[in-house]
Amino acid sequence: MNDLLTDYLPLAVFIGVALAIGGALMIAPFLVAVRNPDPEKVSAYECGFNAFDDARMKFDVRFYLVSILFIIFDLEIAFLFPWAVAFGDIGLYGFWSMMLFLGVLTVGFIYEWRTGALEWD
Amino acid sequence: MALTAIFFYLFSTLALASGAAVIVAKNPVHAVLFLILAFFNAAGLFILLNAEFLAMLLIIVYVGAVAVLFLFVVMMLDVDFAELRAGFIKNAPVGLLVGGVVLAELIALLGARVIAPTPASSVASPIPQGVTNTEALGQILYTKYIYFFQGAGLVLLVAMVGAIVLTLRHKEGVKRQSIAAQVARGPKTAVELVKVKPGQGL
Repeated sequence: MNDLLTDYLPLAVFIGVALAIGGALMIAPFLVAVRNPDPEKVSAYECGFNAFDDARMKFDVRFYLVSILFIIFDLEIAFLFPWAVAFGDIGLYGFWSMMLFLGVLTVGFIYEWRTGALEWD
Repeated sequence: MALTAIFFYLFSTLALASGAAVIVAKNPVHAVLFLILAFFNAAGLFILLNAEFLAMLLIIVYVGAVAVLFLFVVMMLDVDFAELRAGFIKNAPVGLLVGGVVLAELIALLGARVIAPTPASSVASPIPQGVTNTEALGQILYTKYIYFFQGAGLVLLVAMVGAIVLTLRHKEGVKRQSIAAQVARGPKTAVELVKVKPGQGL
């Protein structure tokens, strides 16, 4: 096993401990808690009404637009990480390469701003 | 190493199982949640391959953003299960065709691996020793592969413009706040002195 995987081993141990604690807290109520259900207790509570509809319904497409724009800038940020790590090696060429990339996306950002895609009317 | 093998089998078993669960889950929301589990396991496999940057990217981009988008799509579709089942037989040939092509490609890939067992010697950029995964990517992505990098930027720009053109609808007659206009308001434009004669209104 190489160094990198050894670095990640504590993370795996941490996730394992978290799973064990979470699982214990979920299973323990089945074993030790008092269970005395009746129809009123186990029915869904929806602010005084009986539940009358499916939770899944159509909603505004603008949530979707916000999400897509988030993904695009998320990817833009993802490209910045290797650039920052290798910044000392790639020189001026690499610097202007990234500036061009950011410039292209800034054009898109200005378009977004001008069309009002960032506003919620 | 034994521990690496244990984690490999853990991640790949969970990835395959959750991939199968994505297909057979009846509730589309459950299918998306299983897809997220498959992404996490794929990230674990990437870490086992020492590709930690790809693993983190998979979690940030796919789990953090793409899976949320999938959930949006699943909820927006307002899925009608009876209609979906009716379409199954009709769409089966297309699905079989796509699945068959993917299977053939996978077999071709494995066959190439069997014929030439050391593909690492023939890749365009061999894996450099002594630097981290992220740094190795950064050393070639922005200089040697600059056209692909700028192409990625243009694809992102097109995606941004396309998403706005397709989904942005402005409501008519909405009053928006204009902060610049509010700040620029002075006594000259905001206050008016009017002489009113007694006994008459304005």
